Amino acid sequence: MIAYKTALFKFPLYTFIVLLPFIIAVISAGIGYLRIPPEEVAGSIFRQIQAAFLGYCEGMTTTDVVIIQIRLPRIILAGIVGCSLAVCGAVLQSLFRNPLVEPYILGISSGAAFGAALAIGFGMLGGSVQLLAFLFGMISVFLAYTMAKTGGEVPVVNLVLAGIIVSALFTALTSLVKFFVDPHQLAGIVYWIMGSFSYASWSSLALITPPVMVCLLLITAMSWRLNVLSLSDEEAKALGVNVNRDRFVVLSLATLMTACAVSVSGIIGWVGLLIPHIVRLAFSSDNRIVIPVSASLGASFMIAADNIARAAFSFELPISVLTTVLGAPVFMILVRRRARRVWS
Amino acid sequence: MVLKVEGLRFGYGKGLVLDGIELELNRGEILVLLGPNGSGKTTLLKCINRILRPLDGVVFIEGKNYLEMNEKEIARAIGYVPQDHKPPFPYRVLDFVLLGRSPYLGTFSYPGEEDRTIALESLRAVGIEHFADKAYTELSGGERQLVLLARALATNSKILLLDEPTAHLDFRNTHRVLAAIRRIVKERNLSAVMTLHDPNLACRYADRIALVGNRRILRVGTPSEMITEELLRQVYGIEVRVLSLDGLKFAFVEGVP
Repeated sequence: MIAYKTALFKFPLYTFIVLLPFIIAVISAGIGYLRIPPEEVAGSIFRQIQAAFLGYCEGMTTTDVVIIQIRLPRIILAGIVGCSLAVCGAVLQSLFRNPLVEPYILGISSGAAFGAALAIGFGMLGGSVQLLAFLFGMISVFLAYTMAKTGGEVPVVNLVLAGIIVSALFTALTSLVKFFVDPHQLAGIVYWIMGSFSYASWSSLALITPPVMVCLLLITAMSWRLNVLSLSDEEAKALGVNVNRDRFVVLSLATLMTACAVSVSGIIGWVGLLIPHIVRLAFSSDNRIVIPVSASLGASFMIAADNIARAAFSFELPISVLTTVLGAPVFMILVRRRARRVWS
Repeated sequence: MVLKVEGLRFGYGKGLVLDGIELELNRGEILVLLGPNGSGKTTLLKCINRILRPLDGVVFIEGKNYLEMNEKEIARAIGYVPQDHKPPFPYRVLDFVLLGRSPYLGTFSYPGEEDRTIALESLRAVGIEHFADKAYTELSGGERQLVLLARALATNSKILLLDEPTAHLDFRNTHRVLAAIRRIVKERNLSAVMTLHDPNLACRYADRIALVGNRRILRVGTPSEMITEELLRQVYGIEVRVLSLDGLKFAFVEGVP
């Protein structure tokens, strides 16, 4: 018997990775204008959970209000968005058989930006940015998918081309909206596109958390199937897999997840490309590992990046600028060190 | 007879690529499809395991009409070895071979301990178990071809389809891969249909050869019947000389074709 690694998950390491976003969340809740040590944050959260379950309440201190009402929703939102984008990136990279694909390849960001522009610029649907961004994000992917379909098959090359076309179309339409609105609304559109978590609230969290978590669970359950789908169509078919159906299911789940994330945060780049890459370079290319670890590291990275966005300066930095500035050098170092092994 | 192809016709869009293919495969034999580029050998392979749906005609797998079988049943009956290629992700060799267990796994399930044992056995059968922990992308072309063979064996199917298993391989690896295929087919009493380009390799490793040309099967027979100067001239359209040496036949081209 030769020696080979039997365990898929090495336990101490992976337990730490799963806990990481929660640890970072507790530390992050103490960061800001009012500094609060982690143990007080934990105490405050614990008291609120206790109050919620036992219906027993002592009233909230200022610290509690800052943590529970202001910081925690934003931190959780950043975590959920980071997790969604990283997982979606990993999924699409497998489906497109290309490690350089990002979550926005099918036009979801351009569609969502157009929806947001309609809401901010023209006050459509009562000016609900979230709803319109979500709808147009989904519409754009649906359009790309329909365009790519030929005779019951959805070839990957067609999908890429259709994504480019849909992106271009919605980008042009967004420019048109920007052209017609007044400068104040124009600024609103531009800021939304740069991405921010500053509008986070428990109510928006309540809307997006359930669908994102369901998608995450289903995608994790399908992570082995995702390995098969990363082979060529003919190989996957020869292995008895219904390629077109399974690809549609995974794509729908990833799209729903990303549309939820984008609708509440705007367009945040790089996370979906960077995180799955780091996971593949540092751990494994097996999607059974890539998906859950990307979810965890994506959430951790986004929470940490948002700490800088909201607390490093007296004004708020656009989160997308930060994720790129932080991500690019890390990516560069990793690629230089390990590229030969993985991309040869 | 484990496989029977009857009246198979196939075309991509307009025009037929295959027209009225009749073919039989016996248990324990290696049938080599020999023919020029574009003669439809690869298309025929893909029609046999229904990666491509024929316009007309039917394939019987162990006596069962394959139009009445679902994808998983076909995948369990027929293992497919595609032409060598590099996948974009550096999967571990063992995980890559485990993909061969897909016909037995549901959409939401992971391979278990039994699947892992079968995958390891398949790697051992092709003689590369020491690569189990390596990245697939780090292997040489010949080694990758053996991994693809192991993946097909992991489906536990009795029939193998191999699409030019020696494309891009050097002299030594060509023979190493073909010898492994022949040994495993004989040891396990499997049956294989394989496309090849070199009549000499076909002669050496096939039990029977089917000459493919002009959208149909021209002749089927033993290597010594098929590797003749007239038949090769007819199939490839060039002057060929065939010599016999130690009971083997050698085809070669004299001068400029």
